[in-house]
Amino acid sequence: MTTVSLTVNGQSVTADVDPRTLLVQFLRENLRLTGTHVGCDTSQCGACVVHLNGQAVKSCTTLAVQANASVVTTIEGISQGSELHPMQAAFREHHGLQCGYCTPGMIMSAIDIVNRKGNTLDEQTIRAELEGNLCRCTGYHNIVKAVAAGAQGMAQAPLQQAAE
Amino acid sequence: MYAFEYHRPTSVKEAANLAGQAEDIKFLAGGHTLLPTMKLRLAGPANLIDLGQIAELRGIERSGDTITIGAMMKHAEVANSAEVKEAIPALAEMAELIGDPHVRNRGTIGGSIANNDPSADYPAACLALNATIITNQRKIATDDFFQGIFTTALEEGEIITQVSFKVPSQAAYTKFRNPASRYALVGVFVAQHADGARVAVTGAGSNGVFRVPEMEQALSGNFAPEALDGIAVAEDEMNNDIHADAAYRAHLVGVMARRAVQAAVARG
Repeated sequence: MTTVSLTVNGQSVTADVDPRTLLVQFLRENLRLTGTHVGCDTSQCGACVVHLNGQAVKSCTTLAVQANASVVTTIEGISQGSELHPMQAAFREHHGLQCGYCTPGMIMSAIDIVNRKGNTLDEQTIRAELEGNLCRCTGYHNIVKAVAAGAQGMAQAPLQQAAE
Repeated sequence: MYAFEYHRPTSVKEAANLAGQAEDIKFLAGGHTLLPTMKLRLAGPANLIDLGQIAELRGIERSGDTITIGAMMKHAEVANSAEVKEAIPALAEMAELIGDPHVRNRGTIGGSIANNDPSADYPAACLALNATIITNQRKIATDDFFQGIFTTALEEGEIITQVSFKVPSQAAYTKFRNPASRYALVGVFVAQHADGARVAVTGAGSNGVFRVPEMEQALSGNFAPEALDGIAVAEDEMNNDIHADAAYRAHLVGVMARRAVQAAVARG
């Protein structure tokens, strides 16, 4: 066993884990944060995307021990109480999901895109940047609309952005 | 995934010592090839040595006509580096074409080069930019480093610390992606240096990354797309699979090389 200490959604966590525990397993099974999903388990679909030190990563392709001393944010950590994060609100408003399986990864990726590329995003940029997130329901059309709207929404919610 | 002992050294020396003492080791860089391989139980090292906490493996430095990149620098860091963009914009653009944004946030230059996947992008950049692979033991010229698919000059326990690229006068990388995997079906990196042009091809060759001497000779005299007219690469050394047969790959090498030269010339 190896000791791992990290901050998850603002809370300090320390645990002894088998070193082969994936970050996504640690989040889901140790911390019961089941919003982060395992889709393909082969680094392709992006359902498992979380933020590691502020950057979007695939938590199925990261060991929990590699996240030692890091800050992790999951889909559970972005709303303010019952108030949705602007990106979550935009996905609801624009019907950016059907079955919802890919949605946590989509939203964590979308927030990362805004952090890197700013609040005004054209369709081409959004589609290119969502390369690592697969959705088998929507055909992406409403996801792209939601990300563009969510990006604008994040500009109007500076406090929330700072918290993220 | 098979069980392993995990080690987290904080210096190259400590990592090398661990590698010398432990049996059946693998170094873990970004983990975006090794971890999937371990999940499939195609690799099962007894000891995993994580290079992620070693500060001396990081950093990007320009010195005269070379730019030196720490082995643990991530693809996104190379793609966004002001030094790299200024010195070798083609290298920054190449890094931006690897995988997807999440992969680029974890995958590293050292990991990619040590792995030498036949469809990886960095090996082509190394060959075309006449790179020197610097390890904890020696400096290896790029032409001696890549020795066939998943095979390099690295000895057991040897650690890449830095990669040093020659700044070319003109360069570009073009990649024809497999539409599903997004790996290079054919990727061509061209670079014009003071002592001549270099052309390196990834994805296409059955023996991994390779240079094309005929194209280099033609481009050294006249660095223009039309200089490549009539030059073909041999089909019998191309990969041949359900995604693209050898004849198609050989044809694509010519097309992508011309496009790369065109892009390099357009950039000026």
